[in-house]
Amino acid sequence: MNARKESELAPTMNRTKVERTSEREVVVTRTVNGPARIVFEAFTKSELFKRWWVPKSLGLTLLSCELDVRVGGTYRLVFSHSGSEMAFFGTYKEVTPHSRLVWTNDEGDGGAVTTVTFEDKAGKTLVVLRDLYPSKEALDAGIGSTDGMGETFDQLDELIAALGAGS
Amino acid sequence: MVQYMQPRLDASFAALSDATRRGVLEQLGRSDASITDLAERFRMTLTGMKKHVGILERAGLVTTEKVGRVRTCKLGTRRFEEEAEWLERYHQVWDSRFDELDKVVEELKWKERTDERKKRK
Repeated sequence: MNARKESELAPTMNRTKVERTSEREVVVTRTVNGPARIVFEAFTKSELFKRWWVPKSLGLTLLSCELDVRVGGTYRLVFSHSGSEMAFFGTYKEVTPHSRLVWTNDEGDGGAVTTVTFEDKAGKTLVVLRDLYPSKEALDAGIGSTDGMGETFDQLDELIAALGAGS
Repeated sequence: MVQYMQPRLDASFAALSDATRRGVLEQLGRSDASITDLAERFRMTLTGMKKHVGILERAGLVTTEKVGRVRTCKLGTRRFEEEAEWLERYHQVWDSRFDELDKVVEELKWKERTDERKKRK
């Protein structure tokens, strides 16, 4: 009976929440069933990180993963996607063991700064990840980029705005 | 990527290639309007305006909503839909990431427990 109750509660507890909290920011939250010490380790040791950062459903293969987790240290992830290679890289700006990580995303213009906090809650960890973009435009470009249409539609938006302004 | 961009782009640019339709977009940029309003303003038959609005609608530049007998047109909501889709994808990625992370964390916890047990022996 208890076991059943727990399994019913579990999905709510573990639910991943994604919110656009402002024009420039997207926040992801999730409670992980383990102490912050362990969750932090999974975020900062490349042999652990590479086991979960690229879920199979993403359709990407992780070719290499180097994390030099210290202030000023860099990371570099190389993926293969239908024959072509993509690299994601950046620099760690803040590293506070078991509680806070800040890194930049430097692979493109207008990349977000990612802040992750780990909060211990009775053996579980509340993970809050914030992607703060330099501007609304940068976030909007990110929105479109997932289907390759962002820039094109920004141009279209500009065109429409220009048409409107001309009248 | 380019292949599936093409139909949407074609539709958008085709829609914008006509002066009346550009005028309709300008107008809707200022305020929503019914098809009747638009037909009057552009000195056009209702049928003619319906056709133009239909083209803009298929290109995602305009949405329409019928309330009673009046069909109101407004600038398209594609950006909002795109944002919702994007957030949904973001969510999917993070949900599967965290599901995998859970497994790693379970394993580390188990490892710690067995290591402790070994130490105690």
